[in-house]
Amino acid sequence: MENSVGIVQTKFCKFDDEILLESGKSLKNIQIAYETYGTLNKNGDNAILVCHALTADAHAAGYNTPNDKKPGWWDTMIGPNKAFDTNKFFVISSNILGGCRGTTGPSSINPETGKPYGHNFPVITIEDIVKVQKKLIDFLGVKKMVVVGGSMGGMQAMEWSIKHSDLVKTTIIIASTARLSAQAIAFNAVGRNAIISDKFFNNGDYYDKENTPDYGLAIARMVGHITYLCEEAMHTKFGRDFKDKPNFDFGVDFQVESYLEYQGRIFVDRFDANSYLYITKAIDYYDPITKFGTLENAFKQSNSRFLIICFNSDWLFTTEQSKEMVTALVNAGREVSFVELESPCGHDAFLIEYKEQTKIIKSFLKKDEPKNE
Amino acid sequence: MNDTQLNYEVVTDIIPENARVLDLGCGDGTLFSKLIKEKNITGVGVEINKDEVIKALDKGVSVIQGDIDEGLKQFPDKSFDYAILNQTLQSTEKPDLVMDEMLRVAKKAVVSFPNFAYWKVRFYLFFKGKMPKSKSLPYEWYNTPNIHLMTVNDFFEFCKKRNIKILKSVYLTRNKARSGILIRTITNFFSEEVIFVVTR
Repeated sequence: MENSVGIVQTKFCKFDDEILLESGKSLKNIQIAYETYGTLNKNGDNAILVCHALTADAHAAGYNTPNDKKPGWWDTMIGPNKAFDTNKFFVISSNILGGCRGTTGPSSINPETGKPYGHNFPVITIEDIVKVQKKLIDFLGVKKMVVVGGSMGGMQAMEWSIKHSDLVKTTIIIASTARLSAQAIAFNAVGRNAIISDKFFNNGDYYDKENTPDYGLAIARMVGHITYLCEEAMHTKFGRDFKDKPNFDFGVDFQVESYLEYQGRIFVDRFDANSYLYITKAIDYYDPITKFGTLENAFKQSNSRFLIICFNSDWLFTTEQSKEMVTALVNAGREVSFVELESPCGHDAFLIEYKEQTKIIKSFLKKDEPKNE
Repeated sequence: MNDTQLNYEVVTDIIPENARVLDLGCGDGTLFSKLIKEKNITGVGVEINKDEVIKALDKGVSVIQGDIDEGLKQFPDKSFDYAILNQTLQSTEKPDLVMDEMLRVAKKAVVSFPNFAYWKVRFYLFFKGKMPKSKSLPYEWYNTPNIHLMTVNDFFEFCKKRNIKILKSVYLTRNKARSGILIRTITNFFSEEVIFVVTR
């Protein structure tokens, strides 16, 4: 528990008012699950909002109970004297709209029907996700903040900087992109197809059924995991090793198959198939370049300074895509720093390579440290 | 005051208040942070070495990690008042290209380099018959990053050929800085390091 934020509780807040979504539809009675670490100062200007990626949740640091085997998903980065130093900053992490970890999503109860939304949940976007997070930020009394996110979290961070330029003074975008490549959309599409074609999917209304689309969701996760690693990582981790010996059937033979099968299996216990559909769609849709004409125009809306970090082995969110953001930021006249880190871990590196990220982020955030405290 | 400090003083004198500056090969950001403090400049540094990038970030300098030899295509035309290339031109792969790019993105450029025609360097080669080593050229021939060493005369010729105007020149020898040229041959002989302000 050294340098840990210790035992933390996931809190919930509810908002009665209706939120209008990009699609034109609306949602009301939204609940947000969130955790905070550290203390908000009097001026309300020492906050850091941490935006999570596709399948994570509000529990970013510390332990929910003393018996927890694992800490929160970014515990290596959040805590006393860590990259996001909770002695100095007030760190906020919330589960995103459309998720299944406490914030309103397709598995939540629809107040109109008293049953889970299922396929009646409206399609959401990154903009909508940020709109809901804004409710929480106002509720907590934050006046100025740093926003950080990796992968899809980076898209939220970017959206925050564009949409709320008065609030966001600093933005850190890690292993992310302004919009997905066709290749990345294609992988998401395969994942969604696996879920939709599961015989237990039942058009998204499976919550009261005995069987749920676990196979489809597991396959979606397997595809995802292939994209989160890279060839080198797979080669080092598994090579062509067999679990035991060739079985001459179509069961799990290779180590890499065993790994994927395991990742798929444990994923269905903590994630909802509908959430997977809605969130991947939100990622696919995000495109500030089309919305603002150019990425430069998009960044001109912001008032923030930026740090962009990417990893050389990440082929899902590439260095080129990060450099595209850097170029746009320079052209927009924004203050920007950029580092490409070397890692053999592929896209997953942003969750793994905490030592280098810590050095960079700590140095970068010195300017945001609250003064006289 | 050592050589590096003197160099920084001279460059700081050259850069006007509130200028927008691009520091190429900014290292650990010492010069850039000095310029922020003393001249209230804005802008960004470019540095290839990650550990140096972290040190520069620590000093509050914005840094883009990158290779100058790959060009400066992320920077629009004339987006800076000054580009600084301090003690770096001689270690670039394509100095001509780097100079072109600098003068595309900035109105003026500050370029400094060790003068290979300095008398001590000449004598070293003449008497020892070996690749010269000195305070400003501390490397062995096989591990030196200085792959394009040149002299004051070379630089004048280079600028003339490429229509680059030299606005100012400062010559550093034995921890003293002198501006302007009296007789180029003599300057070329006695200067250990030179700092030029150029434009196109």
